[in-house]
Amino acid sequence: MLLRKLLGPQNRNLWFWVFVGPFAIGLALFTYVPLAWSLYLSFFDAHNTVTPEDFVGLANYRTMLTDSAFQDSLLTFVVFTAVIVPATFALSLALALMVNRLRWMQAFFRSVFFLPVACSYVVAALVWKLSIFNGVRFGLANTVLGWFGSDQIAWLSTTDPPWYWLVIVTVRLWLQAGFYMILFLAGLQRIPKTLYEAAAVDGAREGWQVFRHITFPQLRATSVAVVLLLVINSFQAFDEFYNLLSSAKGYPPYARPPLVHLYILALGKEQNLGLGSAGAVILALIIGVATVAQARFFGLGRRED
Amino acid sequence: MHDALVRAGRALRVALLIALAALFLIPFYLLLRNGLAREEDITAPDWTLFPTDLQWGNVSELFADTSVPMARALLNSSLIAVATTLGTLLLASLAGYGLARIPYRYANAVFYAILGTMMVPAAVTFVPTFVLVSTLGWISTLRGLIIPTLFSAFACFIFRQYFLGFPKELEDAARVDGLGYWRTYWRIVVPNSRPVFAAVGTIIFIGAWNAFLWPLVIGQDRDAWTVQVALSTFTTAQTINLHQLFIAAVVSILPLLVVFLLLQRYIVAGVERSGIDE
Repeated sequence: MLLRKLLGPQNRNLWFWVFVGPFAIGLALFTYVPLAWSLYLSFFDAHNTVTPEDFVGLANYRTMLTDSAFQDSLLTFVVFTAVIVPATFALSLALALMVNRLRWMQAFFRSVFFLPVACSYVVAALVWKLSIFNGVRFGLANTVLGWFGSDQIAWLSTTDPPWYWLVIVTVRLWLQAGFYMILFLAGLQRIPKTLYEAAAVDGAREGWQVFRHITFPQLRATSVAVVLLLVINSFQAFDEFYNLLSSAKGYPPYARPPLVHLYILALGKEQNLGLGSAGAVILALIIGVATVAQARFFGLGRRED
Repeated sequence: MHDALVRAGRALRVALLIALAALFLIPFYLLLRNGLAREEDITAPDWTLFPTDLQWGNVSELFADTSVPMARALLNSSLIAVATTLGTLLLASLAGYGLARIPYRYANAVFYAILGTMMVPAAVTFVPTFVLVSTLGWISTLRGLIIPTLFSAFACFIFRQYFLGFPKELEDAARVDGLGYWRTYWRIVVPNSRPVFAAVGTIIFIGAWNAFLWPLVIGQDRDAWTVQVALSTFTTAQTINLHQLFIAAVVSILPLLVVFLLLQRYIVAGVERSGIDE
């Protein structure tokens, strides 16, 4: 009787777990278990070990929160996000609007802007670091500056002014703008043509007025998705920072976003897994709060009421 | 007058697009230019648009150089990308179908537990997952590089949304013929869903080929390096052989450019599905 009940009508419960089980178990094993373990480790002094015995309570959290390097990494994230999110949003929307109105070669232009999506951050960082923004004379940017008689700039090692931000932001802009352009193009194609016809009848002028009163409001859902994805992705930033800035001498003390900071802390020379875990838990809390706040701000989930 | 303005505006827009397209292609131009040049061409004080005689020998020089494990890295990346793609498609599509189609009391709870992991970014999980994988003794193994990445909540989510909209009549017909969930799935659902498999598959493949943080953390031994880790190691090294590094980068993106150009419409479909606005 109990077995019959567990299996459900037509063995549905059994079949549900046959289909979903392998995936759900794997996801739990590689996400929830490590998270729980990390929470545990964060209360211990865990240098170079994953089975520590030295319980330290909240000391790791205290160290992390008062550590100026950790605070700097959060600040780096904020600065980076404040620049990259609006820049990518504006560029990808502009590209989508322009490509969408092309009557010829639309597929060609779409492919050109989308092509960088196939490129890895490592390869892009390599081109940016060693060719475009190479600090020596034969770098492309310095060559162009040379034509105008300007001095060379050591793009990645100059902190005043912080030229390295230009390198970091442009590489990600190039890599991801095409991806979001595709999202905006899909959104543009979902806007009913009749809306534009009605606007023309009402005498709205093509251009800014139509964009402001029809196109942009109709893109609301896409815009919200794009902003959320951009923020999440900028929080994950690691590849371009690491490949642009680290060298045989190590990673410079500036421009360390949270992921780079944790990487150096937990997997660098010290292997301080307790402290790294505490940092991960703090980041998880920050992301949780930020996600809920964003969802509230954009009014997501209202539809489920 | 008004017409002339409109026409001028359109010409301006096209000119701007052409300029932007040229700007977007510069990095690819630089990869080829530097990859097919001699070292002294690259470091020359005057900019040459293209080296006068292209050094195709750079390719064979790259693979002949035993201090650069390029062939091994390409093999590792291929194995990892193919296995990750196939494994993800199998696991995520089964789960997506079960969540969408098999009535179960706790299906929603399971679905939200899966969705929840999408909110947990790599910044939070990579230290603990590294700890777990090293406890299992999987550092520098293909297992360690592949298995933890197989469970994509993103892919599962897309499959679930897709199967929710799959025509029920097709499955009902199979049911009448006496097929259960399992055989209905393989004989009716999968063959009729090829585009969504292609869309998710291409996105996962590109992601796996280009992945960096996880292979960097797990693939510590030289023999376990992926293409990205190998390139990164030489980019951040003390002495850099520029032409060799650039030709290696060209070789590393060729497989993806082929995939990209052949399957672009599926990739576009996959990207469109990832805008979680529905």
